[in-house]
Amino acid sequence: METLLMIGLLAALGALAVAIAFMDDLLVVTMLSGIFSFTCCAIFVLFDAPDVAFTEACVGAGVSTVLTLAAIRLTGRREKRVGRRASAVGLLVSTVCGLALVYGTLELPRFGDPAAPANLHVAPHYLNESAAEMGIPNVITSVLGAYRGYDTMGETVVVFTAALGVLLLLGGSQSRPLHRGDAPARADRDVILRSVATLFVPMTLFLAPYVQFHGAYSPGGGFQAGAILGGALILYGLVFGIDRLNRLVPERVLQVIAALGVLTYGGTGLVTLALGRNFLDYDALSAGPTGQQIGLTAIELGVFMTVTCVMTLLFQRFASRRSEP
Amino acid sequence: MSDLVGLFPYWAVIVLMMTGLYIVIAQGNLVKKLIGLGIFQVSVFVLYIAIGVVDGATPPILSPGFNSYSNPLPSVLILTAIVVGVATLAVGLALAVRIRESFGTIEEEDLLPLTMPELPPDGEARS
Repeated sequence: METLLMIGLLAALGALAVAIAFMDDLLVVTMLSGIFSFTCCAIFVLFDAPDVAFTEACVGAGVSTVLTLAAIRLTGRREKRVGRRASAVGLLVSTVCGLALVYGTLELPRFGDPAAPANLHVAPHYLNESAAEMGIPNVITSVLGAYRGYDTMGETVVVFTAALGVLLLLGGSQSRPLHRGDAPARADRDVILRSVATLFVPMTLFLAPYVQFHGAYSPGGGFQAGAILGGALILYGLVFGIDRLNRLVPERVLQVIAALGVLTYGGTGLVTLALGRNFLDYDALSAGPTGQQIGLTAIELGVFMTVTCVMTLLFQRFASRRSEP
Repeated sequence: MSDLVGLFPYWAVIVLMMTGLYIVIAQGNLVKKLIGLGIFQVSVFVLYIAIGVVDGATPPILSPGFNSYSNPLPSVLILTAIVVGVATLAVGLALAVRIRESFGTIEEEDLLPLTMPELPPDGEARS
């Protein structure tokens, strides 16, 4: 049963990808890629990765779809038909490459093999020792925050840097506050949308802290919670207008909090250094699992702040840019 | 038969990857290229997660009554990669927006003569 489901979902994913390749209306393409992401979520749940499914649902299906739509508004909806020649070259290269890769898979360990090399080296340590070393049941959170804390700090910095890049590229002069009645003028037409959003935005706002603070015991953590809270704010901005979102959370505040998030993460590392241990060695904070948990809470908070603010900022920047005539 | 099922996820990943690659090579619209890159990226995510699956195991959240868990490491790597992915997508889209504002188009075919006037206009040097 599970195998059939897996084959069906993966086939659907392939069909969606091919459909995306051959559509030339970018609005349709964006919607299809949203569906593509949701199908991926189902696959991730099936593949025992609920944390990843969470993130993909919020970020892949939600935020990136909205950002792409906002960009299409500024760049135009139609794309030119592909030339024969480019199409032939593309097909040739991808077919040859694909066949080579398929040949390579013949030697790979089979799907679900417990003795596959990927499952033998470091993973058993995480699964067997993390309960004693960290004192929390969600191994993913332990690995993310403690065992591989350096990686995660790098990722947080990359997210922050990307936001800086967007802020520089879509900088101030062209952006404008939308005039009153610009976007939310259709209040009477959007009754259903507004009612549903009024119901959903508060629920999403509550979900985010739950996912954040329960992340040690169930799927969740800073990245997921940040994406969910950012998603809630973006939904608010989409339905009620970008200027109301800007008034609720001004860009300047978000910029400061995003930077503070990175500082919280790095600062935790500096504190452990100052206490005479290695960078991000939470044993400095308190011996045993307690220290680890204090450290994890601190860095997850930093991640949460940065991710929330960056997601919201990105949307604000794209949505408040004036479209060219 | 069991080989076929055991390798199917990898083959599906390859189909996705190559579709993404095709879009990036063949399609001229910059936003479409970014969506193609997105598909390529998702295929890598699925590959990583598929490698970590263990038959008959549960997600790696420790709980009494279970003793077989899937590999937590791919989940960690991929969930951060997804968030980084959307941030870099935003940078790409912002570049596309700026290109459109400067040149009035985001079609590669029209952009190349504008940015590199020394190329012959018929496109021979292009593809």
